[in-house]
Amino acid sequence: MILKGRVWKFGDNIDTDIIIPAQYLAHTDPKVLGEHCMEPLRPGFNKEVRQGDIIVGGLNFGCGSSREHAPIAISALGIPLVIAKTFARIFYRNAFNKGLALLEADIIDLVDEGEEIEVDISSGTIKCNKKVVEAKPIPPFMEELINHGGLVKYLKKKLEEQNERI
Amino acid sequence: MGMTITEKILAAHTEKDFVEPGEIIDAKIDLVLANDITAPLSIEEFEKAGAKKVFDPEKVVFVLDHFTPNKDVISAGNCKRIREFSKAYGISHCYEGGECGIEHALLPEQGLVVPGDVVIGADSHTCTYGAVGAFSTGMGSTDITYGMVMGRIWFKVPESIKFNCFGNWQKWVTGKDLILHIIGMIGVDGALYAAMEFSGEAITALSMDSRFAIANMAIEAGGKNGIFEVDEKTLAFIAGRGKRPHTIYRSDKDASYKEVHEIDVTGIGLKVACPSLPSNVKDVGELGNVAIDQVVIGSCTNGRMEDLEAAAQILKGKRVAKDVRCIVIPATPTIYREALKRGFFEVFLDAGCIISPPTCGPCLGGHMGILAKGERAVATTNRNFIGRMGHTESEVYLSGAAVAAASAIKGRIAHPDEVM
Repeated sequence: MILKGRVWKFGDNIDTDIIIPAQYLAHTDPKVLGEHCMEPLRPGFNKEVRQGDIIVGGLNFGCGSSREHAPIAISALGIPLVIAKTFARIFYRNAFNKGLALLEADIIDLVDEGEEIEVDISSGTIKCNKKVVEAKPIPPFMEELINHGGLVKYLKKKLEEQNERI
Repeated sequence: MGMTITEKILAAHTEKDFVEPGEIIDAKIDLVLANDITAPLSIEEFEKAGAKKVFDPEKVVFVLDHFTPNKDVISAGNCKRIREFSKAYGISHCYEGGECGIEHALLPEQGLVVPGDVVIGADSHTCTYGAVGAFSTGMGSTDITYGMVMGRIWFKVPESIKFNCFGNWQKWVTGKDLILHIIGMIGVDGALYAAMEFSGEAITALSMDSRFAIANMAIEAGGKNGIFEVDEKTLAFIAGRGKRPHTIYRSDKDASYKEVHEIDVTGIGLKVACPSLPSNVKDVGELGNVAIDQVVIGSCTNGRMEDLEAAAQILKGKRVAKDVRCIVIPATPTIYREALKRGFFEVFLDAGCIISPPTCGPCLGGHMGILAKGERAVATTNRNFIGRMGHTESEVYLSGAAVAAASAIKGRIAHPDEVM
């Protein structure tokens, strides 16, 4: 799948309290969560961002709490992909489970804010204005989960198989 | 080749003799946890998956500790939903009201986690249970749904990093100071995806409460879990509490580690993590005059007896500085009662402290002590990210209970020696 989108740059250690502050965690509605996405760093981010835009981060993106509200808030804004140098592990699992694509690549210093980049999600090829970069391949196990349509669909299928056996 | 404790526990839960770092495994789990913030999403996914039951109603635990006593109508609705779900699926370990404590203090105290367990929780500080020699780690709500239904979950076996600690502890210094020192040393991603194993004579000398504080903050270095070997103190803690039989695992002498750090604790003084990362660590003495508006003594990191005892020792016969709010949050009802019995509440009230019911409350900026724009707090909690305790332009300094109590008296960040 090829994605084209404008880049929003964030730095190192973007924590989940930045992605979605805890005061909004009683909400589960993606629309409400999206409205407050990145609020501590960029108030009004939800109004500036467009469907298909891409977040680019540095080291340890998504560190902090286990809140799944974080990938939900990003996806709610129509952002299909986050590219970062490294991801915190709980956020990494959560994003895949919620259908937000992640690629590990060090492009933060290669791209300009607002620049349009083209990304082939399956191959991990990222075309920036200055350079073409290959992202670290998605682990085969994660790819299998994605092919199943995420963890819940995978679970649903397993439960249906169990029922058939009974 | 030998295995580490973490590898041995994971192998035992995968019906394998041997596992190695990087391997993807499908492991059996002994306990699944969610709280009032994360359980509602897990329940939504449970329904979407069309699940009809949980794998074992005795092994699913809900603790309604974050926004409780219910801070608003939405939070009350979330708790109601979890309560109804628990009733419908026979989940007896749903803690709320007067039984509720902060999850990571409550579960070990109630004997729900025992050595050798694999525990997953929809809360990043689930790594706390490594203190009793269990493998435990935080995940998101969807992974928790899978675990709740299947009683299994996939893991990538982590590499292990060993912290061998020796030497003698200085007065007032606790596990909190050691873990802040380590995070300051390796950074907030220094143990990314890895198991942090703590060992050595200085660890043996530490209380269980201090070990919980250390394991609790493994996640602040990016760690997957923190883990300790079971010793006499662990066994004394488990005795009379453990709800299930336990298994003790020890790392082999020829186990392989990604890194080994030798740490002489003799040189470690009282530490403070300055805004806005837990790795921004300094000695208390280095700070100069940092005026504060609030002190929080509590949380899953430092709301246990050892912390309340240190705070009471320092606050006894003293007064909290004018214009400073000092909020004391005993982590569980048992700790609350014990502190009351030992006369700590008298000390705290005489000093002008506020005593809160057990709740995560202000730690994550939920309620019970939110900071206004420009305000500054010293907290015994675990995160000092931007806006963590309230307004985006407020600040949190992390410390142990002794520094927090001394700071409350002085109205600025202070060393206990300044007030004792």
